[in-house]
Amino acid sequence: MNMRRRFIRLSMLTALLLVCGSAVLAEEKPAPEPYYEWKVEGFAINAPIGGLVGNPENGRKIAVARKKGNCIACHVMPILEEEFNGNVGPPLTGVASRLKEGRIRLSIVDEKQINPMTVMPGYYRDPRHFNQVRKSFKGKTVLTAQEIEDVVAYLMTLK
Amino acid sequence: MKMIEPNNKRLMAALLPLMLLGALNLTHAWQDAKSGYEFMTPESRAMQDDDFENPGMLTVDEGQTLFITTAKNEMTCGSCHGDDGSKLDIERITQYPVYSETLKKPITLRNQIHICWNERLQNPPMKKYNDPRAIALETFVRHQAHGKPVNVDIDGPLKPYYEAGKAFYNRRAGQLDMACTHCHSYFPGSKLRAQTLSQGHSNGFPTYRLANSKVNGLHERFRQCQHQFRAKALKAGSDDYVNLELYINAIGKGLEIETPAVRY
Ligand code: HEC
Ligand code: HEC
Repeated sequence: MNMRRRFIRLSMLTALLLVCGSAVLAEEKPAPEPYYEWKVEGFAINAPIGGLVGNPENGRKIAVARKKGNCIACHVMPILEEEFNGNVGPPLTGVASRLKEGRIRLSIVDEKQINPMTVMPGYYRDPRHFNQVRKSFKGKTVLTAQEIEDVVAYLMTLK
Repeated sequence: MKMIEPNNKRLMAALLPLMLLGALNLTHAWQDAKSGYEFMTPESRAMQDDDFENPGMLTVDEGQTLFITTAKNEMTCGSCHGDDGSKLDIERITQYPVYSETLKKPITLRNQIHICWNERLQNPPMKKYNDPRAIALETFVRHQAHGKPVNVDIDGPLKPYYEAGKAFYNRRAGQLDMACTHCHSYFPGSKLRAQTLSQGHSNGFPTYRLANSKVNGLHERFRQCQHQFRAKALKAGSDDYVNLELYINAIGKGLEIETPAVRY
């Protein structure tokens, strides 16, 4: 193959790659928040995600909100203004006197680490591990790191 | 992201019983299948049981009207099946989805209605599987088999499609990473917020849903459930949903057809 031909091929290839590459880039919106790695040690995530500090009042709101935690869909919690609490999961009333903070954090982040068969969603799993996600939720964790810490802080008040 | 390390013996020992339990659960077939009816409130049951109260009966009437509407070629569904549907093969209705020798794949009752509409009546095809006219016709037709047991046959050529449906039923998907089995085989009877989970059977379909005040086809319900766990819902009539319908009819085999059922 002579140099000229090779050059043309190469530049066509580059152009193709550029087109495809920019199409991929155009689809990817900037992440609203970095995804923080977390570490499981003996059935617990001891360090707060991203080193953030939780706000328990926010956490309580997130636990109720359908589009956020919606925890009361499955758990009874001491949130009396809500008429309907589900009972798919165990009651969370008094959960902080049963479980340590690190274990509670792990349950919320990824209960499947404890029980692979569980129905409970992993609220802070690496979004690359999901399949067939509805478009508007692609590439996102269910809750943000701050929201996870808020919910953990709220559950820690349930003694 | 740390996955479970296989060399963590304590963890594996703790998980083994759970996994075994899960494996048992994943191959479940209901020994004791219960209709969604049994999970409804007495008020909703009463509504379903009274033909004058059951809003789904309006759709049966609409279906009946379409059933005897004359097409350009002078035919109606009634020309072959009797104006009141009395010449429909009730046994056959209970067996859908069935294997089509012509198409070499399973077809649903709704597919069959589309086929008759296009080929026998030579009507302009309905573009959507979920066309309200097709839903109404299906509701009328399946209502003729009211009280008869669901009787799908998966031992013949439908077996591989049944297996595909079963795999779909057990496969996690969506941002909430759930599968049908998680709600409908692990937790029937439990409450999901205000709703009581049922075994998720198909015997009531098409079903009048109080939540959206209309008659819904089975594939619409699949879409609604997938939407809930934030999965990409598929098209009504897609191969995956037909396989899923087959699987769900198979695990609900023997349940009485309640079309049109009333559900939340
Ligand atoms: C779709 C159902 C569902 C939702 C929604 C859900 N959970 Fe759970 N959760 C469960 C189930 C079921 C368990 C039981 C453990 C298992 O399945 O392994 C559980 C377990 C837990 C545990 C461990 C409790 C224990 O005693 O072991 C905590 C803590 C918890 N959930 C918190 C939450 C919080 C906080 C939220 C919302 C941000 C939430 N859950 C949302 C179903 C759910
Ligand atoms: C997060 C929980 C959840 C998941 C996961 C789920 N569903 Fe449902 N499903 C419901 C609820 C709630 C209802 C309404 C109450 C009932 O009938 O169980 C329902 C109803 C149904 C019904 C109607 C039952 C009847 O008697 O009318 C069918 C059929 C069904 N689901 C099939 C499925 C299929 C197939 C999947 C998987 C693609 C699925 N569901 C996944 C929660 C869920």
